[in-house]
Amino acid sequence: MIRSTLRRVTPQLIILALILALNMVMFPGFFHVEVHNGRLFGNLIDVLNRGAPVALLSVGMTLVIATRGIDLSVGAVMAISGAVAASVITGGASWIVAVLAALGAGALCGLWNGVLVAVLRIQPIVATLVLMVAGRGIAQLLTEGAILTFNDPGLVRLGGGTILSLPTPIWIWIGVAALVGLVVRRSALGLLIEATGINERSARLAGINARVLLIAVYLVAGLCAALAGVVVAADIRGADANNAGLWMELDAILAVVIGGTSLLGGRFSITASLLGALIIQSVNSAILMSGMAVEFNLVIKAVIIITILVIQSPRVRHWIYLLRASSGPGPMPRQPASRTPKIEEGRP
Amino acid sequence: MQSDPKPVLHATGISKFFPGVIALDDVELQLYPGEVHALLGENGAGKSTLIKCLTGAYPRDAGVIMLDGAEINPKDPLSSQAAGIGTVYQEVNLLSNLSVAENLFLGRQPRRFGMIDQRRMLRDSKDILAQYGLSIDPAQLLSSYSIAIQQIVAIARAVELSGKVLILDEPTASLDREEVELMFSVIRRLTARGLAVVFITHFLDQVLAICDRATILRNGCVVGTRKLAEVTQTEIVTLMLGRQLEAATHHHERRETGDVLLSLRGFGKRGAIEPFDLDIHTGEVVGMAGLLGSGRTETCNAIFGAQPADQGEARLRGSPLRISTPREAIRNRIALCPEDRKTEGIVGDLSVRENIILSLQARQGWYRPLPRAKIEEIAQSYVKALDIRLANLDTPIRLLSGGNQQKALLARWLATEPQLLILDEPTRGIDVGAHAEIIALIERLRTQGMALLVASSEMEELVAYSTKIVVLRDRRQVGALTGDDISPNAIIRAIAAEEEPRA
Amino acid sequence: MKLMKTLLVSAAIAMPAAAFAENETVGFSQIGSESGWRAAETSVTKADAKERGITLKFADAQQKQENQIKALRGFIAQGVDAILLAPVVATGWDEVLGEAKDADIPVVLLDRKVDASDDLYLTAVTSDTVHEGTVAGDWLKDAVGDAQCNVVELQGTTGASVTIDRKKGFADAIASADNITIVRSQTGDFTRAQGKIVMESFIKAEGGGSDICALYAHNDDMALGAIQAIKEAGLKPGEDIKIVSIDSVPDMHLAISKGEANATVELTPDMAGPAFDALEAYWADGTQPEKWIQTDSTLFTQDDDNEAAYENKKALGY
Repeated sequence: MIRSTLRRVTPQLIILALILALNMVMFPGFFHVEVHNGRLFGNLIDVLNRGAPVALLSVGMTLVIATRGIDLSVGAVMAISGAVAASVITGGASWIVAVLAALGAGALCGLWNGVLVAVLRIQPIVATLVLMVAGRGIAQLLTEGAILTFNDPGLVRLGGGTILSLPTPIWIWIGVAALVGLVVRRSALGLLIEATGINERSARLAGINARVLLIAVYLVAGLCAALAGVVVAADIRGADANNAGLWMELDAILAVVIGGTSLLGGRFSITASLLGALIIQSVNSAILMSGMAVEFNLVIKAVIIITILVIQSPRVRHWIYLLRASSGPGPMPRQPASRTPKIEEGRP
Repeated sequence: MQSDPKPVLHATGISKFFPGVIALDDVELQLYPGEVHALLGENGAGKSTLIKCLTGAYPRDAGVIMLDGAEINPKDPLSSQAAGIGTVYQEVNLLSNLSVAENLFLGRQPRRFGMIDQRRMLRDSKDILAQYGLSIDPAQLLSSYSIAIQQIVAIARAVELSGKVLILDEPTASLDREEVELMFSVIRRLTARGLAVVFITHFLDQVLAICDRATILRNGCVVGTRKLAEVTQTEIVTLMLGRQLEAATHHHERRETGDVLLSLRGFGKRGAIEPFDLDIHTGEVVGMAGLLGSGRTETCNAIFGAQPADQGEARLRGSPLRISTPREAIRNRIALCPEDRKTEGIVGDLSVRENIILSLQARQGWYRPLPRAKIEEIAQSYVKALDIRLANLDTPIRLLSGGNQQKALLARWLATEPQLLILDEPTRGIDVGAHAEIIALIERLRTQGMALLVASSEMEELVAYSTKIVVLRDRRQVGALTGDDISPNAIIRAIAAEEEPRA
Repeated sequence: MKLMKTLLVSAAIAMPAAAFAENETVGFSQIGSESGWRAAETSVTKADAKERGITLKFADAQQKQENQIKALRGFIAQGVDAILLAPVVATGWDEVLGEAKDADIPVVLLDRKVDASDDLYLTAVTSDTVHEGTVAGDWLKDAVGDAQCNVVELQGTTGASVTIDRKKGFADAIASADNITIVRSQTGDFTRAQGKIVMESFIKAEGGGSDICALYAHNDDMALGAIQAIKEAGLKPGEDIKIVSIDSVPDMHLAISKGEANATVELTPDMAGPAFDALEAYWADGTQPEKWIQTDSTLFTQDDDNEAAYENKKALGY
């Protein structure tokens, strides 16, 4: 299982390595990690830490996309959950209650999306657009338009604290990803989700409860978004309804796409999506470290992302394969043969 | 009727090849002015390919098309329309968000001072529609009218644009009885004006009601052109199905069947299948015969809960049973191998292994995953038992041949150990070898005590394995054959019988 | 809770004006309440009007120009004595301003200007955003004296006119000081979260922060995010790295009072005060004010009473 996962994510690992190498070329101290007041400190840690929100979102988004859906509302759900956590904590409750309330809000949002998609059969992109637009408004109502700040040490630790010297958000996203990944792959959930995403009609006729399954994946996406929202709010010790998670749903979708899960649903890999999230964060980090004029930020990001996606496109992969096959006696030829097996027609 | 010796359209030697398939082989079609000409044949016989070659939607590989004595060479549907051949399909291909008048005149609106002359367009539209016996407001949106009216508007547009030959491809498939009558009256008006109409349908009674002649296709060849006044329905069905009626007979001894497993009374679904009674015993294969669109698939789906029944009652081993979803059917150990393997059966990107265990796993629930070893054992044993040929179990099922896909789907259902297995067209589109194996499997399962309901258009096949055959026509059970009565001849007679015994 | 307060204030304003007033009526078309500063501007305006005995008719446009135009037409129809307009966009005002002019109703623009002929409005009360940057730069020059100082800059949203102006004003101010150089400049999108993230990268890129002498942020929110980043890197904000920014939001005053930041330049929410002054002079004897009234860009440092400033700002509805 580990070996097959490794084979599946090889392209993402290579891309990540290349971008980290690029970072290092631009900024030689990139891999330097040291301990500062009992806290691991360095660019690599930043990539892992800052990648947390998108990594969390990409876990839920991967499952949603595997069912041939999409969830545009996760950024807004982040704003809602952050606002809920901040209001509850400033109301005097403990940080655990605040986090549970935020998760509850996220679950509710996910349930809403799931019902629109699975029961009312509204196209996912339209169904989740509703909450994408309305959700930020709801968050603004909760915070009354201002940044609602808090200083509860428990809640703050979720964003800015450390556990065993490692920033808490890193533990959170790795933990959530491991939990979801384990549940999905150790149970039959992954198989049923993939079947539903590839051919929902066949899946239903095979006895899969596609409706419940769809609601469940949107629920998970909502929960992941809620957790991301809490992390982001805890990080700045305040709920910024206007900006928390703004456009982050697009980064999450991008992470899944870079991870190679098709937007048409089906086969998915949470690990690959997480690598996608880290790739995006490394690109962001490279831009920040480059010291280039800000006007180039988006252009550089676009160029890198486009390059990644082009290299991953089936057509280009095929060209690369042809190029390597023709340019000498590489150890290549066996692999593609096994990838597209020829099935012999059984004709007695 | 065709006393006029000169055909308006005469196509000869039409051939069309697809890679590895001869879709049309030297087909000849003659249309006379003022006749309604049926084009008959089972699915895959070449009807739509022929239409597409005539209208230029497909380039033909050989053959000559003469229209009014001059050779035409349509490159695409527009040019054939300009030459005089108009086509109307089952799905209305007009713009439902425009008005009726705009649809009639789209691309050729009357103009006045460079502007569209709305008043004239509406007036002309009214005149045109009146010729079809329609008095509707042409200013209304097309979508505000029924499918039947939309069809007639489509016909009117096609006739206005072309005017010599009108091809109707299953125009009545989604119409009710009265709407069909309306459609027929329109067709009669057109033939009275000297138009030649090609009528394609699966409903034989409609063919007999409206058509003058029929050309019957089978496997890409014309097997006959008949004046309908001179033939019996049985003869047409025989031509369509190509059965040597004498050849195959039911040569099995009477089979012992077990207890009643599933008992249906007044079971049906409005608009899909009329209420019927049926008992299925253990150790019994009930065959379901009928032409396309006769309601076979609808019956299967109603029992399985894919299109749940809305009337009547079902009893499983004597106790009442209510099935409204496939999951409930599966829980009661009923399985359905659907007709459309690609869209309703296989999950293409999943491996053969995963496809085989899918239903079993779905029934177990997501939280109780089948152990890896068990999965391997089930998949391996069925691959061996059903002789599924593949490179390895990780192969995505979409890469398998039709026959092997079908066997893998059978494995999926057998793995759930059903007491009733419903097979809808289990041998369609698969190679000869797999075909024989599946028939042998059906026989084997029956002797093991399973109850099977098999819908098929292969008559010999049904005769070979069925202990009882119900015959459907026009979404109604019209006959039942048991024991020595079972023969292809008897089936065909039952299908063709005008208003014969009801089951 | 804050909502309640606002409701009470508006209820008070809706009451008949106090007897000593001239009892003029002014319409105020506000953009909306998208930020704390905007909310403060609204409450300051309402309070100021009440104090002066002016009846204020308030209209919230919810970020839509069409709503503002409707509101202005409504004010004109009611025959108000003047109109305050905080325009949501710069263009498309000629027609409705022309209507006000025809009705002899003076219009005062608040905090933003419009692209229209200046005879269509009485005056515009705005802050000078270039000047704000200059005040911040001048403070830094004084603070560091002759010492060498590497500055990192957190810019606002790329391409926004405020970003361009505040960048320019600061650059102009430090141009004369050779010892002060901007070593890194990145956008923090005016948000706390992004301010923190970008500051983290500045610290990593500049020798763990030891090479950074000062931070200039285009708004307080980014500075507040950056303060957390500096603390997490084990440095003392306000001491190891001097911090100056613009806006003077309550949380920034709190930070200054705790010594975690050094200075902020106020973008005053009191645009209405100068506007009412100009209007009262105009009503009295037709005095034509200057076409542009520039509000003060007050500098707050650790020498000021920042706790009072915090309370004061909070009360305004930030």
